[in-house]
Amino acid sequence: MLVEGIKSRPIYHPLEPKPGSRHILVADAEGAEAILELATKTPDGFWDKARILYIPRSAVGKGYEERLQALTPFPLYVGPTIAAAIPRLTKELSDAQMGTQIYLAGTEGLVGQAMIVALEAGVDQGSIQRDHRGSEARRVQCVHCKGITEEVTTQPVKCTHCGLMLLVRDHYSRRIGAFQGVCIDAEQPGTAPEPEEAFL
Amino acid sequence: MITKSADKTPKIEVEVTHIQQVSDIIKRFTFTPVDGAPLPVFGGGAHIVVEMSDGDIIRRNPYSLVSKPGTTDNYQISVRRDDVGRGGSLYMHNTLKVGDHLLVSHPVNLFHIDRRARKHLLIAGGIGITPFLAMMAELEDEVANFELHLSARTDGAFLDELRGLYGSKGSFYRDDHNEVIPLNDLLTGQPLGTHLYVCGPNGMLEWVLRTAEDAGWPSQNVHYERFLAPATGLPYEVNLATSGITVRVGGHQSMLEAIEAAGVDAPYLCRGGACGQCETRVVSYDGELLHNDHFLTEEEHASGTKIMPCVSRFQGRELVLER
Ligand code: FES
Repeated sequence: MLVEGIKSRPIYHPLEPKPGSRHILVADAEGAEAILELATKTPDGFWDKARILYIPRSAVGKGYEERLQALTPFPLYVGPTIAAAIPRLTKELSDAQMGTQIYLAGTEGLVGQAMIVALEAGVDQGSIQRDHRGSEARRVQCVHCKGITEEVTTQPVKCTHCGLMLLVRDHYSRRIGAFQGVCIDAEQPGTAPEPEEAFL
Repeated sequence: MITKSADKTPKIEVEVTHIQQVSDIIKRFTFTPVDGAPLPVFGGGAHIVVEMSDGDIIRRNPYSLVSKPGTTDNYQISVRRDDVGRGGSLYMHNTLKVGDHLLVSHPVNLFHIDRRARKHLLIAGGIGITPFLAMMAELEDEVANFELHLSARTDGAFLDELRGLYGSKGSFYRDDHNEVIPLNDLLTGQPLGTHLYVCGPNGMLEWVLRTAEDAGWPSQNVHYERFLAPATGLPYEVNLATSGITVRVGGHQSMLEAIEAAGVDAPYLCRGGACGQCETRVVSYDGELLHNDHFLTEEEHASGTKIMPCVSRFQGRELVLER
């Protein structure tokens, strides 16, 4: 099988409090759970140096906003979409200094994209923790047209840009924060199997 | 006169062509290759092992190269005189003269500039400045962003030279004026992507490393060089199983030196407990292994199966090494 044996997927761990001058936490949907679990382990004073960015997405109405806000004296940022929250994260990082710790939790789409922003801002890998929670939906880049299709849950999937039927591989690009999608019926267009739910 | 050495590490014969008194206790030596061939190139942070024939003792001490990286017609080192040390620095200061010949090793670099860094923060204490001299020359050439913080006993020729070379990139703190590096502010005020480099006496090194960790610096961004002078202690014997001989280690000698003096070839690079090159398997022992290196883990020390003979010692009835 094409999708097996490729070890490029990011490695996730439960979030752990680290010493730092500033803590930036970014989560979407069930990623809130990871932050709440972290809060059971944090030392005194941790949340006085913390900023939380949260995108409720599919978990809207579950009351995570209130519970996250209760952790820190600073206003919680609540974003409508990942795309809307990214510039906010960029701004948070614009004056960040060494000793800033980044905690990312939630879908692979969020974690991957936030990771790229943090690395671009100059945060070192060793200061970034990632925990994957909630939907297994993938962000997929079509290797043919380079277009990104968000929230992919099926295998194969139709590229939203060029319309090719893509096999979603386990190959993950850290640079763009997406899985690779390769045309599955290039030899005989129209022979692709029916999409089935694969990443829920 | 050069005494031929037993070890197989490639050596270069050099002549001492210049000795400069840098401060009351620091001298800078210039070595020029005797055969006139270009010397191997080195990068900032590299060191050479200088072999001295001091009477019937052969001393081999590591010193950072302080000349400008890229220089191939001479090597320069700076040596601080240590009146209570094992004697290497005293030999360099009191015995070595212009015109003398010596053997030096090829350069080895265990303290590289990390090219991923957006900024380089260099912190040195005293003679710990030496690896940074070449590093800064290299960083300056590359127009890299760097900053030096040096604490020293007093003022001196060294500081004047550094001020002249690096101006506002250098901050200097004098112990005799009770000036202390404002470490907390320094480590919490650095831009993302900064790498920290530290070299200096043990206490200072520990202080900087601990403060960086507490301030949340990831360990990948923290680089340090800690060359230990081999510890002195009581004399003891070591049984070398492979060679089938027993050697006696004097109180002021390291195990590595004793092994070399017996004509047994033993690997090394740093001779300061940092690089791991000299790691030797302990076959058996009855007594206590006195570990002094910074290479093996605590578990490895406790396991009693390995030792770094460049800095560690032994106390007890019998020690058998696989050498
Ligand atoms: S020679 Fe480097 S640790 Fe012994």
